[in-house]
Amino acid sequence: MVNLQTTLSGLVLDNPVIPASGTFGFGEEFAPLYDLNILGSISIKGTTQNPRFGNPTPRIAECTAGLINSVGLQNPGVEKVVTQELPRLATHYKKPVIANISGFSIEEYAACAARMDQAEQVGIIEVNVSCPNVHGGGISFGTDPAAAAAVTRAVKAVTDKPVYIKLTPNVTDIVSIAKACEEAGADGLALINTLLGMRIDLKRKKPVIANKMGGFSGPAIFPVALRMVYQVYEAVKIPIIGMGGVSTADDVIEMMLAGASAVQVGAANLVNPWACRDIIESLPERAQKYGISSLAEIIGGAHI
Amino acid sequence: MKQGLFEIKENVRIAPDMYEMALQGDISAVTVPGQFVNITLDGFYLRRPISVHDVDPAAGILRIIYKAVGKGTEAMASMTPGGTLDVLTGLGNGFDIQRAGKNTLVIGGGAGAPPMFWTAKALRDSGRNVTAVLGFNTAEEVILQQKFEAAGIPVIITTADGSLGIKGFVTAALADLPAPDYTFSCGPEPMLRAVYDATACGGQFSFEERMGCGFGACMGCSCETKYGAKRICKDGPVLEKEEILW
Repeated sequence: MVNLQTTLSGLVLDNPVIPASGTFGFGEEFAPLYDLNILGSISIKGTTQNPRFGNPTPRIAECTAGLINSVGLQNPGVEKVVTQELPRLATHYKKPVIANISGFSIEEYAACAARMDQAEQVGIIEVNVSCPNVHGGGISFGTDPAAAAAVTRAVKAVTDKPVYIKLTPNVTDIVSIAKACEEAGADGLALINTLLGMRIDLKRKKPVIANKMGGFSGPAIFPVALRMVYQVYEAVKIPIIGMGGVSTADDVIEMMLAGASAVQVGAANLVNPWACRDIIESLPERAQKYGISSLAEIIGGAHI
Repeated sequence: MKQGLFEIKENVRIAPDMYEMALQGDISAVTVPGQFVNITLDGFYLRRPISVHDVDPAAGILRIIYKAVGKGTEAMASMTPGGTLDVLTGLGNGFDIQRAGKNTLVIGGGAGAPPMFWTAKALRDSGRNVTAVLGFNTAEEVILQQKFEAAGIPVIITTADGSLGIKGFVTAALADLPAPDYTFSCGPEPMLRAVYDATACGGQFSFEERMGCGFGACMGCSCETKYGAKRICKDGPVLEKEEILW
């Protein structure tokens, strides 16, 4: 028997597999497909203080082993998420969820986190710092250690729930951002968000995506994600949720060896709606194949 | 929604760049005309969403007609019978034919024509009077004319260059027809808009958008409607006339 259990800031997960924010909605489309309660947790659709339609379409471009999306944080706003989406999700899913929040100002992050703090279902608040800071020249909070730390402090000040900062890979040195968040009081880190990418439609000779650029995800980015998890693990003591192109049980095991305490699965859900179930079902056999009896014991195992 | 492996029974060219493929497998989730399927192709990350052209429940066969417009659909065009495809079926809301009146028009433009065949047959079987208007650019692109006729559904062809049927777009045919009491349309957005403007009655319009997942998870294909944001893949592809915002 392989022990799949893992822990994030005291929250015990039955297994490390978590669908990533933005690829699983609020679970509604997946609930008819398999019992969601097999999941370690669920990171819900990125939520902002106010409702957002998001970006113009086309929002999607295909790539080799991945896709680019520029959805633009379409969501019904935190009030509706807490009063409607979370209760609906609770009918399918009985475990604590991860609330993924975004903001365009420090105040918005804090307001969103404060509302999520009141939701009993929320076990962890995951803070997406990839958004542009509208009061800071539009530069993403996550690209500046001081801004990322400021968001961390603002969110920590309004909640007692564990706060995980979801880091953008579109930086020169992700380790310095990770350390700044840890020093500012983050309980954990989630990485990586999507890589900024682009495709051009050869027939129209113009960008495929209406917003020109978008976030690149899928198996193509797995080695980049794995490398960043590995580097950040060496630099911080707080737990890491690893993600980026994870599609198989073997990818999950690699991520954990690099230093992830839990692993999110994103793009894979979009092409195989049963991806998380398939990964969870094959984890014991794959772990056994590599002589692993407890996943928690292999976290960071690739480091000397 | 169901996922299944389908065997390619047939894959033939029916017009320049247009192919018809027959797929055999579990079609139990394919229940409403206007729905689509989403197909995995070797070497391509995203599935290819393609509308259902027709179904044969007794044989477990669904038919799709697709245009080879990119590398994925070009790869499909070269597939041969006997091969298998991983297909998600039963996607999208499809047309609600119960809302149709007695005298219904089905209107299809180019690659939007194929789903109108099953739609028209379902309307015919429900006792409605159905006329089809199919629009194309040129005579050589015309598809499905004989199929509609063989099914006993009157069909009017329009071509933009006048090389077959009425010269002009599908709206050119509407002028000569008695005013319908309901319409079902699928085609490029300018065609949908033209039909919307040219008809006084209610109707349903099937839209196209670049999709990520095809089943409502990624919000890649959202559009704004009178009743808020809708996902073309899940809440659509069919929208009611009165909710459409252009």
